[in-house]
Formats: sequence, structure tokens, C-alpha cells
Amino acid sequence: MSQPALLRLSKVSKRYGTVQANKEIDLEVHSGSIHAVLGENGAGKSTLMKLIYGVEQPDAGHIYWNGQEVHLARPSDAQVLGIGMVFQHFSLFETLSVVQNVSLMIPGKPAELAQQIADLGDQFGLSVDPHAMVHRLSVGERQRVEIIRCLLLNPKLLILDEPTSVLPPQSVRRLFETLRKLQADGMAILFISHKLDEIRELCDTASVLRGGEVTGRVDPREHDARSLAQLMIGREMPNVAHVAPRPPGEERLRLNALSHPRASRFGTTLEGIDLKLRSGEIVGIAGISGNGQQELAALISGETRAQEPGMIEIMGKKVGHLGPMARRKLGFAFVPEERLGRGAVPEMSLADNSLLTAHGRSMLSRGFIRRSVERAFTRECIETFDVRTPGPDAEAGAMSGGNLQKFILGREIMLNPDVMLVSQPTWGVDIGAATAIRRRLLDMRDQGCAILVISEEMDELFEICSKLHVLHKGHLSPALDAAETTPQEIGRYMIGAAT
Amino acid sequence: MKLRLIRRDSASRLAMFAAPVLALVLTCLASLVLFAALGKDAGAALHALLLKPFLSWYSFSEVLLKMAPLLLIAQGLAIGFRANVFNIGAEGQFIVGALCASALPVYFPDGDFPMMLPAMIAFGALGGMVYALIAAALRTRFGASEILVTLMMALIAVQILNYLLLGPWKDPRGFNFPQTVMFPDNAMLPILFDGTRTNISLIFALLASVFAYLMMQHHFRGYQLRTAGLAPRAALYAGFSAPKMVWLGLGLGGLAAGIAGASEVAGPLGQLQRSVTSGYGYAAIIVAYVGGLNPLGIIASSFLISVIYIGGDSATVSAGLPVAAVEVFQGLLLFFYLMTFTLIRYRIEFDRKVPA
Repeated sequence: MSQPALLRLSKVSKRYGTVQANKEIDLEVHSGSIHAVLGENGAGKSTLMKLIYGVEQPDAGHIYWNGQEVHLARPSDAQVLGIGMVFQHFSLFETLSVVQNVSLMIPGKPAELAQQIADLGDQFGLSVDPHAMVHRLSVGERQRVEIIRCLLLNPKLLILDEPTSVLPPQSVRRLFETLRKLQADGMAILFISHKLDEIRELCDTASVLRGGEVTGRVDPREHDARSLAQLMIGREMPNVAHVAPRPPGEERLRLNALSHPRASRFGTTLEGIDLKLRSGEIVGIAGISGNGQQELAALISGETRAQEPGMIEIMGKKVGHLGPMARRKLGFAFVPEERLGRGAVPEMSLADNSLLTAHGRSMLSRGFIRRSVERAFTRECIETFDVRTPGPDAEAGAMSGGNLQKFILGREIMLNPDVMLVSQPTWGVDIGAATAIRRRLLDMRDQGCAILVISEEMDELFEICSKLHVLHKGHLSPALDAAETTPQEIGRYMIGAAT
Repeated sequence: MKLRLIRRDSASRLAMFAAPVLALVLTCLASLVLFAALGKDAGAALHALLLKPFLSWYSFSEVLLKMAPLLLIAQGLAIGFRANVFNIGAEGQFIVGALCASALPVYFPDGDFPMMLPAMIAFGALGGMVYALIAAALRTRFGASEILVTLMMALIAVQILNYLLLGPWKDPRGFNFPQTVMFPDNAMLPILFDGTRTNISLIFALLASVFAYLMMQHHFRGYQLRTAGLAPRAALYAGFSAPKMVWLGLGLGGLAAGIAGASEVAGPLGQLQRSVTSGYGYAAIIVAYVGGLNPLGIIASSFLISVIYIGGDSATVSAGLPVAAVEVFQGLLLFFYLMTFTLIRYRIEFDRKVPA
């Protein structure tokens, strides 16, 4: 390539305390290219983007923009150069309109901005009503607002951090069309993701990060997903062994016309949810977060009490009025989507975190904690579930998301539950750990446990579930047989096109 | 060049011992400058502030006397604080404890009541606890902030005290002073060491410390309280009852403050008088936090703060320091202590890189 790269990183390093997040990273991004940064959770992708966007400064190494060395002390420095970034978690004010949100960052009269928003929308397929209130927008529309807000600053490089992780399949298609138009317009795009199929479809270059280092630079179109995954995790992709499920047994969890009013303006009201879960089966609930997933999980776990006892039945008993501890005594276990602060106490050791839900496993004697039992349980959990940690005394807050998830899942599995609810089992978990987690769930199923999985990852649900529901705006779709339905049909339920 | 605080992977043992020493040295240096600027003999002032409490057995016994209520109240408060239940009106519960205990000797001034002293302590404990539980009821029923309620209830307690001392409980032979009769001998706490005022309330406080240690560090109930404080959503997830934590946190705090109040009237005061509102309830909040809310740490911090109080008293008398200067000294010591305390969990890093 004759002309200099738009952005070039040379031997850029960054460390946090004892963790070397980025090590001597070289990277070149050219105009008109969609460049993937591929890596597992914790591989250093986010840190690298923060260095490029000026949120953090490198300890060593150089950053060149159009061949000139630059120092980015803050994001506004990066914006002046022409770098825009769309974060994974949106930074929009829900109570303001689209134009108002945009005008907080971009100077200009609201009427002119509204026109510009509409124009950009037409040009790049980013249609959104400039005067709509943000809290009424779907996730896909909110993302479009974020992208438009970046485009209004005329960037030459656009960074997208895991942009598809929150989108239904139909919206992903639209986003890709937009990105291709931007690419044709000469823009450089850094696309961060761990979804291999998307990268192969969209990107022309991929830099693979592993353990803070670049382990490969490839053209993803010339590699299959398997070899990309191998580059990414440094070993063979583990396989989920598929054992045909046995016919399911007796009913263990039942929701009877479960309705619950939302707790706040931004919550979701659940209406007339019916569901049956039997021993030896995994039932999945698909749908984008924010459509009542959190509310439903809290109602089933007992963190929120149902309005009537009969709305929820566990092991044939009406439990809607019971709290989490009483439901656990019936054989219920729950892995929540937030690991730190809900599934585990960050400041406490793993051993003390075992006590959180496993205290009934003879860990108490007259109310006093039996440390030896607590530690033995924790050690067994660490070994059986391959939790990478120095030991039972390590603080939960110091662990990576995937390891902590393995610990929490392991703790709940070791309670030998008859019914288990698992919410977003592999959110922010690397591929290796995610595969291990799915295999555990299948093992549990084969041992006769009834499992309900709430997940945004459709591939995951298709992989392990025999029946699927979709939760959209507080309504649950009828049960769909996983073997007969398609991602497209699920997608229609996800956006409310089918009911 | 930039200074940054980086969290250590584990607490530093060296810093744990060095922190108090460093704090003391820094305080001395700062106050030398301060006292010299006031034109006082800085050496004599520091001598009075820091050494006097240790130089005579009597001064040291006064330190122990002050330490007892501070330690007792702080242990009770820390239990609630660990669970994010912020009882800052221990002063009120202390006063109500003193009132309830005083009722017996006031109505039986000749001491002809069986088990006078144990009954007084029990009355005080019960009174302090019930008074604190009013805030628990308002919090769990109506969601009223226990911070505001306990604080306002402390103000109410002062007015109840005034009413009783100026009205029905006033000593008829007391020359119209707002105080009750002097308590009979069997209403007084036994003295621990002859010739001093230190009484067995110090034993109560140490027993409370053992109780707090066992409960908070080794009992499931304490674990639930800590979980509720560190991660309320994890406590909800595990199914620990949030209202129970509020009742427990406030109840134990009030109980401890009530016993301390009863011990104050049955100890150094020997009667109920206005000076019972000495601010122990508020000082105990500082004691609890300086002790890191840890039962063992609180034993150390209550001793430290008592030394500062007694040293301050002697400095105003012997070195002629104004009360304000003593208060500044006390503030400096706390300030430097908290500052150096940070070094146990954090280390300082110099950022050599010059930003472009």
C-alpha cells in the first residue's frame, strides 16, 4: 500500500497494576477498510480502543495519524483528529429527545441538527425520528442515534465496540448495510467483536488479540470460523457434545398467567406469561434485554414477590409469595446475569461467597460458620468447574467475568437443584469458558434437572434448548420447538412482528 | 509529574504498623508549628497532650474511664454501619438509656429495690434499644431514612431529659439545680481499680467487643449483615431479609448505647444531670470508622480517641492552650491518621511521563 496508513500504532503497551493489558501492539488501519479487532473477553480489545480514543494513555509506544505522531490526552483530542467511537453501552439520556441528545455534543441550532440527522439517515440507512424521545426507541434505533452523533463530527475513523451484541438479526443486517455505505464513502472502521461469522462477512482485515498481544493479522474472508477461533483462543475449539435429550419428565416450574406491573418508568410490565418447564429439558427465553428479562428472572427467583401465590409454581407448590431462601429449599437454584454485586459479593473471598447460597450444605453449626466445610466446598467448586484462581481466599472482585461465572454456576450446580434458572449464562464470557458452561448445562439436563435459560445469544439457545420462547415488551411468545423454528422466525418475535 | 494512588493486591503489613507512627510524627510536626505561632511552649503542650495521659496512673485510669462508653457504643454502631444502617443518633439512645436507668434510684432513693444495679442496666439497655427501634419501624414501614430519624430523635431525647430534670425528677433538696438526687450506693457500678473512677463498664465494653467479634466475623448473622452492607442486591438474591437487618442493626446499636448511658449515671456521674449529654454518642461514630468498623480495630481506636480527649483536657490546664487549639490538634491527628491509613490499601505511584 503506497499511501501511509490513516492510523498506525507502533509497539503500544499499557499495564494496569500487575496486569499487562496491551503489549507492544502494532496496528495499521487504512481508509475505506473495515478492520476487525478480534479477541476473547479480557484479551485487551477495550484497552486498545481506549488508547486510540484518548480515554487512556499508553505507557510506551507511538500512535501515528496520517504519518504524524500524535498524543491523545483526552477523547476530545481524538475527535479533533477525526476519530469517533460508539460504545457498547450507550450514553444517551433517556428522558431527552434524539435532537436534544445530539445537541449536547454537537454545536448547532436544533432545527438544523434535526435536518442533518434526517439527511444522514437517508444517506446511510440510519433512519430515526429526530424528535422522538430516546426511552421510546428500540435498541437498534438508539445505536443509530449514537452512530449519527459520531458521524456529525465528520470522522475519518469510526470505532464500534461489540455493536451487534445487543441487536436482533434483522437490525444486524441493517447495521452492516450502513457500515458498507460508510466504507464506500472512504471511511475507516474499527469493528470490535468476538462473533466470527460477522467478522468473516463484513471485514477485510482482522487483527487477532490474545493475552494483550497481537497474535495474527489475517484476511478473515479467507479463513473459516474454526481457524479464526483457534487464533483467538490459542487452541482447538472445544466441542459441545450433543447427546440427544431423553423425553422430559414431570413438571417442575410453571408460570400461570404471570403478570406484574413495572416498578419504575423504565421498567417493563409483564403480562399474562405462561410457561411450563419439565425435568430433563432446557427451555430458552430469547429476546433483547430490557423487554422484561430482569423482571421475569427476579419474579421466578423470589427477589420480587408475585402478586398471587399461584402465579408461580415450583415442584408443584405455589410459591409466588415466598422469598428466595424458601424457594431454594424446594430445590430451586438461580444464576443471575449480574455476577458482581448480585451473584457474588466483590469484596468477599470465594469461600465466603460460597456461603451466600450454599450455607445449607452443613456450613453452619448453631449459626457459626464452619470454615473448613466452607473452604472444602469452595475448593471442590474451583477444581470441578475449572475456575482459574489462586484459591478460596481470592476476592471475587479480582476475578475475570468468565471465571467468576464458572464459580457461580458451579456453586449453584453443587446445590443439586431440581429446577435451575440461568440468566445470560455467557454474557462477557470468553469462548472457552462459554463452551464449558453450555456443556455443564447439558450435563445437568441429562441428570434430570429442569433448566430455564434467559439469553440474548440466539446461537446459544439453539445449541442447548429444546423449546424456545421469545420475550418482547413483557409478552412471552408461545413455545416454539427449537428443531423446527429458525432464527428468522425468532427474530420476528423479537421485534414484535409476530405474536 | 503526577501522583497516583494504586490499589494494592493485598493490605501491606509494614504500612499497617507504620501508619499510626507516621500519623503521630506528622501531627507533632504540624502542631509544633501551630503552637509556636500561638506563642505557646510547643514542647510543654505536646508533653501534656501525648505523654501526660500515660505518666500517672490516675490520668491513665481516666483514659480507661472515657474509653468504656466510646468502645461500647462504637461496637454497637459498627454492627449497623456494616449493614449500611446508619444510626447516627446514638447520643439519643445513650440519653434514654441513662433516663430509664435513673428512674429506679429516683423513685427508690433509699435503695430498697431488689437487684437495683442489674435492673438499672437492664432498664437502660431496653430503653436505648426501644428508642432506636422506633427508627427501625419507621424505616421498614414507611421507608423513612434512619439517618434523619435517629438524629432528630436525639434532639427529642435532650428535651425529655430537660423536662424531667427541671420538673418531676428534680432533687427537692438540690438548690433548684437541674439534677436528680444522688444515687444510693447499691445503684452505683463497682469500681475496678481502687482510688480511680474506672468502673466495671469497661468490662461490659470489652465483653461487647468479644460478642461483636464473634458475631461479625464468625456467625452467619454477621455474614448476612456484612453482605447487606457490601452488596445489597446479593443479599436480596440470597434471600436475606432486608428489614431484619435494619431491626438488628438499629436494635443492637441502641442496646449498646443504652447500657453506656446507664453506666454513665451509675458510674462517674452518680446522678442524672444535664452533663450526661457529653457527645459520646457522636464521638463513637468517629471511633467506629477510625477503627475500620472492625471489632478489634475499634478497641484500638477507642483507646486512641480517649487519650486525645484526656490529653486535651490536661493541655488546656497545664500548658495554657486554648480549647480551640486542642481541638485542632485532635483534628490533625485524625486527619493524618486517615491519610496514612490509606497507604495500607493503596500505594503511591509517580507518573514520570510528561504529557505532550
